[in-house]
Amino acid sequence: MHEMGIALQIVDIATASIPPNLGDVRVAKVNLKVGKLAAVVPDSLRFCFSVATKDTPLDGAELVIEELPVLARCKECSTQWTITNPVFQCQTCNSGSLEILSGRELDIESIEIAEEDKNDSG
Amino acid sequence: MILDNTAKGQKYYHHKDFPHNHHSHADDSASAISVQKSGTREIKVVRRVLDVNEKMAEENRKLFAENGVFVLNVMSSPGSGKTTTLEKTLAKILPEYKSAVIVGDICTTHDADRLAISGAPVVQINTDEFGGDCHLAAHVIDKAAGGLDLADIDLLIVENVGNLVCPAEFDIGEDSRVVILSVTEGEDKPAKYPLMFRECEAALLNKIDLLPYLDYDKDKAVEYIHQVHPDMPVFEISARTEEGFEPWIEWLHKKIKEKIG
Ligand SMILES: Nc1nc2c(ncn2[C@@H]2O[C@H](COP(=O)(O)OP(=O)(O)OP(=O)(O)O)[C@@H](O)[C@H]2O)c(=O)[nH]1
Ligand SMILES: [Mg+2]
Ligand SMILES: [Zn+2]
Repeated sequence: MHEMGIALQIVDIATASIPPNLGDVRVAKVNLKVGKLAAVVPDSLRFCFSVATKDTPLDGAELVIEELPVLARCKECSTQWTITNPVFQCQTCNSGSLEILSGRELDIESIEIAEEDKNDSG
Repeated sequence: MILDNTAKGQKYYHHKDFPHNHHSHADDSASAISVQKSGTREIKVVRRVLDVNEKMAEENRKLFAENGVFVLNVMSSPGSGKTTTLEKTLAKILPEYKSAVIVGDICTTHDADRLAISGAPVVQINTDEFGGDCHLAAHVIDKAAGGLDLADIDLLIVENVGNLVCPAEFDIGEDSRVVILSVTEGEDKPAKYPLMFRECEAALLNKIDLLPYLDYDKDKAVEYIHQVHPDMPVFEISARTEEGFEPWIEWLHKKIKEKIG
């Protein structure tokens, strides 16, 4: 529901990540990791991203979302598994004391700069 | 939020290995840039999208600690009874602890007006600033707290926006989070919104005065809560009749004392 706010934040971070020495370049792709526990709907984020990038160096950029599973480890017996239904209990020893190893991510991994602009804009 | 099987076979991503504190800058080193097959140059960023909020939340937390304020973040679906529960809670807690309330309401001042009757200072905030009205962000709390005399407050209660999804994602610098679930909602809400129920320290099961008129399986609801968050304290209450309030108020007292003595 707050995908527009997230999209604006992504645009800010991505824009600030363009090396200054590259000058006027266009960002072709933003690679994002989203955990399955994150309160973000990928399709809706992609839509908001396409709106939020208008008139920025990211205009027309693709938002590549890699969804990450919810991976847990039991603090009692160290069993590690992927949670696919909302039961946060160890399958081996029934302990409810877990560490969530992944699934909460909302991270920008990298941006990709389009090369062709250099030649076009000369 | 939907946990399904498509995750199978995907590469695991180890949180521990994730360089949280390393915010690589674009000009860090040439090795951060690599040419992709498609002809684009890839630039490593590795930053949490919400890190701005997280930093602000830490600042809030420091400010609250310096002033000896215990902060409680109260969340639920729309209409589960946050305001009613807080009205009753304030009446019971005010004699002992000086309290204030920040309430996030989309467009009315109804909740603020109701809560102000308690005599506690109430700050009503507009949630429209950070791309929508689905949650309170840390900077909004910072701004609202600016309107309060924190040095003179022991307990700050935040009534978050009625929503079980987004508020769970946004740290506001609180000490404790509680979620309210009412018996007029589905028993399986915890399973549908696992993040919220995992992130909160206690759950209030509200409107139990209505149980005789409903076909609601209370034990099943508690079971769902414990599937998602084993050992989570669940307080069964009626904000209307104040039934069940004693253990809840006792719990809250204990939490406040733990922080401010
Ligand atoms: N029967 C009954 N009704 C309740 C109880 N608690 C709240 N209500 C009613 O439920 C409705 C919503 O209560 P609120 O306290 O305004 O709920 P809220 O969570 O603050 O709502 P929003 O701020 O709009 O999300 C009101 O009509 C309340 O009178 C309860 O314990 N029993
Ligand atoms: Mg309310
Ligand atoms: Zn185990």
